[in-house]
Amino acid sequence: MAAENQQSAKQWPTTIYNLLKQGGVRQVAYVPDSGHKQLIQHCTDDPDIRTVSLTTEQDGIGMAAGAWLGGVKSTLLMQSSGVGNCINALSLIENCRFPFLTFVTMRGDFGESNNWQIPMGQAVEPVLSAMGMICLRVEREEDMEETVAAALRMAFLGSQSIAVLLSQRLVGAKIFK
Amino acid sequence: MDQGNTLDRRDAVKTILADRGSILTVSSLGGPSYDVAAINVDFEQDFPLGGAMGQAVMTALGLALAQPERRVVAFVGDGEMLMSLGALATVGAEKPQNLAVVVIDNEHYAETGMQRTHTGRGVDIAGIATACGFGEVHTVRTQAELEKAAPRVRTGPGPVLISLKVTTEIGPLFARNRDGVWQKGQFRKALLGSP
Repeated sequence: MAAENQQSAKQWPTTIYNLLKQGGVRQVAYVPDSGHKQLIQHCTDDPDIRTVSLTTEQDGIGMAAGAWLGGVKSTLLMQSSGVGNCINALSLIENCRFPFLTFVTMRGDFGESNNWQIPMGQAVEPVLSAMGMICLRVEREEDMEETVAAALRMAFLGSQSIAVLLSQRLVGAKIFK
Repeated sequence: MDQGNTLDRRDAVKTILADRGSILTVSSLGGPSYDVAAINVDFEQDFPLGGAMGQAVMTALGLALAQPERRVVAFVGDGEMLMSLGALATVGAEKPQNLAVVVIDNEHYAETGMQRTHTGRGVDIAGIATACGFGEVHTVRTQAELEKAAPRVRTGPGPVLISLKVTTEIGPLFARNRDGVWQKGQFRKALLGSP
């Protein structure tokens, strides 16, 4: 099955990157997703940001806790399918009230044609809420700056655990032919 | 139940952390957190996990990357390590010079009724760490090997991994502070000056 990636260069990954920089984020862990391609590239190109590629999303939870223990702000980039891998690990964040910020590119969401993505995509908000996380959803590019700024404040000043959900409406659904 | 290992876990961890200086530790749920706390309970340079199984090595990696001038040692059980073998691959790829992992390997799930783990059935964590690109790896079975390996955990160029083959004795349990918010706060206050 051929999947055509509908992404051309977009502004919103640069908006997120700029705000992460301004917010002092210096560690970025990720499991790659095509929706995060530009943001991962921005972070990898920045000598002041340590990017770490993970083998599973849950490993980003421990990394974020360890970074904060060491005085460094971090973020985790993943696809919605990775959210399910993180659930028990989020005990670390909730039990110790670690600030935590993750950006989740959604699948199984607006316009999804791969039905395998639907179960986890539709479960993202309820399972993250169940683990004490606050979800902020971005549907439109023009809401990105305000939402990311809010997420950074809530996480690192308010000691909250925040997931910014990047809707498939924003990221662009993969078209399968 | 006797798998022929002779080292006592509490004594072995104590040997490794002798003269620890500014070393920071992260330890996994169950036995390893007790082994570290048995030396100095509720110590400000230790961050013991009580859950989130599989996250101790990654927590240590995040800390090691954030604090490159400080030595960071993760103490983890064999069950914990087997749950997060991918973390060894990530540490091997990142190659943090200041990180060491000590697997306290009794070849059993001591917390849950002493069921055997894969390390007692031929799976070699030291071999996995070597294959993942760790700079220095030792399997420690005797007191003499322990005394040689202990300084490498404290100062050897990382990432270092020690597989510590210990008996199934778990050692006495004792009261310690299990408040994660407090643990985070005292660790950061000691390291950074503010919680």
